[in-house]
Amino acid sequence: MSATFLGIPPFPEAARAAVDDSRLRHNLRKATHTIRDKRGAVVTELEEDWERLRSEGAAIKSHTLRHLDHYLEQLESSVERAGGHVHWAADAAEANAIVTRLVQATGETDVVKVKSMATQEIELNNALAEAGITAYETDLAELIVQLGDDLPSHILVPAIHLGRSQIREIFLDQMAEWGVAAPEGLTDDPRALAEAARVHLRERFLRTRTAISGANFAVADSGTLVVLESEGNGRMCLTLPETLISVVGIEKIVPTWADLEVFMQTLPRSSTGERMNPYTSTWTGVTPGDGPQEFHLVLLDNGRTDVLADTVGRQALRCIRCSACLNTCPVYERTGGHAYGSVYPGPIGAILTPQLRGMSSEVDEALPYASSLCGACYEVCPVAIDIPEVLVHLREEVAAGPGHLGEKAMMKGAEAVLGSSHALNAAQHAAGAARNLVPRHLPGMAGAWTDTRDLPDVPAESFRQWWNKHEKGQS
Amino acid sequence: MRIALFITCVNDTLFPDTGRHVVRLLERLGHEVVFPEGQTCCGQMHYNTGYRRPAAKLAVRFVRTFEDADAVVVPSGSCAAMIRDNYPRLGGSGSRLSRKVAGLAPRVYDLTELLVDVLGVTDVGAYYPHKVAYHPTCHGLRMLGLGDRPYRLLRAVRGLELVELAGATECCGFGGTFAVKNGDVSSAMGADKARHAVESGAEVLCAVDNSCLMHIGGTLSRQRSGLRVAHIAEILASTEKEGALR
Repeated sequence: MSATFLGIPPFPEAARAAVDDSRLRHNLRKATHTIRDKRGAVVTELEEDWERLRSEGAAIKSHTLRHLDHYLEQLESSVERAGGHVHWAADAAEANAIVTRLVQATGETDVVKVKSMATQEIELNNALAEAGITAYETDLAELIVQLGDDLPSHILVPAIHLGRSQIREIFLDQMAEWGVAAPEGLTDDPRALAEAARVHLRERFLRTRTAISGANFAVADSGTLVVLESEGNGRMCLTLPETLISVVGIEKIVPTWADLEVFMQTLPRSSTGERMNPYTSTWTGVTPGDGPQEFHLVLLDNGRTDVLADTVGRQALRCIRCSACLNTCPVYERTGGHAYGSVYPGPIGAILTPQLRGMSSEVDEALPYASSLCGACYEVCPVAIDIPEVLVHLREEVAAGPGHLGEKAMMKGAEAVLGSSHALNAAQHAAGAARNLVPRHLPGMAGAWTDTRDLPDVPAESFRQWWNKHEKGQS
Repeated sequence: MRIALFITCVNDTLFPDTGRHVVRLLERLGHEVVFPEGQTCCGQMHYNTGYRRPAAKLAVRFVRTFEDADAVVVPSGSCAAMIRDNYPRLGGSGSRLSRKVAGLAPRVYDLTELLVDVLGVTDVGAYYPHKVAYHPTCHGLRMLGLGDRPYRLLRAVRGLELVELAGATECCGFGGTFAVKNGDVSSAMGADKARHAVESGAEVLCAVDNSCLMHIGGTLSRQRSGLRVAHIAEILASTEKEGALR
């Protein structure tokens, strides 16, 4: 059974532990800054083309989402025309049941997987395990997370929170239990680690006859699915097995093959800081004698239709999972992905997760506040999702709910004071008179300020008090 | 030119000197400053925390107070951004508020925009013999797009040595109620910003927003770093004859 995000405390509490973990902070800072700098360089070299690509990407996605019913039906018929089978899953339980049934029909008990956020979202591996089926992750970072009985903490680099010495320990401790053991005397040299993973996985690829994948894009008019990756492990999964089952969120559609042109430029640059990614695999149904002979596409809703109904929040569905917003986010950099309590961390997770799950738990209510609204995420998003706008929109939903009584009282008080200039003036007089009584450490929520920061001195007179004298020529 | 000052509630209450510096600077440049008495707050705290209705009420108040002004100067990048970027979202499309905002928002300026774009000055005749680092606040940087305006103004100040700030474009971690709701993350971000400021070798860290400076300055003060923070208005208002107000 794989680890699960259930039980992770709300963001502020989970973040506290992360902020205190100096090794984690070091790993994250190094990794996010490296990718951030690489992205900056390859985006800058496109100059004004970048803004054009960005708005075209946003327009293609928005158009597709507006006519999603049409494109979904088109995709279904083109996949079936090409010899594939399409299944519709309203939620995680349905999707897991469909995939389990499909795997059982092959008679296999082992499956290989190419990294897929959608199957992480529905916790497919756990559902398969309950049916006696073992899923083997083949993406290097995902393999590390699986061997370490850990949780992914990044969309693209799920093991970003781990350093190479930690990875070495995981390989030495765990690889033998899952297949080919790590070589004795394994060092923490990245090449040695990659070679150990390669040997471990090669045997798995050659033996396993069923594969499960996600997809970066699904082309409606041709029925083609597309996966972009860096290692080639995905291509092994997509070509060697006899049966391929792809679990894809319904928002992954683009209308035509030509639309990929935009995303093939923006996605690699945004995610890994590369002009193009090393492996792009596309497949359309089945081809006799070449690749998997049976292909199933499971189209996953799992809350997406609800998100689509929200006129402000729906822009989150434009996301192409590049993770540029994570790599640039100063909050993510200090907390890592686990603190978000969901498979989608960082700024996009903070708006996508509470919308997909519905804001019914403390964890989901805290997510829209896991941002200083600095706007760096919006600036780098290749499909121009205005993440700060959606964060504020979701905060309105939280604030309209029953909780946060202390905060509501405070806001009410502020509203009264700021409701008239006379009330504000009176409050300022009172504050000025009591200025020497302000304690150095404040109680309650405000204590979060005085724990690490000094308070400013309250001035003897406010600006408006000074102005009145200035106007009368007394200053 | 007759310029209406929107002081902002934080400056009015906690940093009144910023307003005095703005008045002194603009009067020195030969302009008339007026202070519409009915003003209170732009509503940013309410808006950003999810309290839309009180934010909308404050937006209505702001528009009513300033609608006749030729130009409104706001010595706070985030409040100027609230008015220009977020007020249009507060009224429904075609509402009275959005019509009024559409008319007024283009006349609302951050101090550095007013000086460079409207008044056409970069050398304001200031004298400030200190090493200074500039922190481009997030809203000034990304929502207002202040660009090089603050740097041009600072470079023209006699005696001032502008030093580079590492990680300048990264958020300081203030974020309004974020600073208390996520105090640990906010403090960690502030500590990094403070460290960069100290390592820059500056004597003074300046910005266009007292809220961010309150957070960074509070961190620097707790660390007993000896580095002080100053609103850019203080630097631009200082002359050889009249030093900074204290």
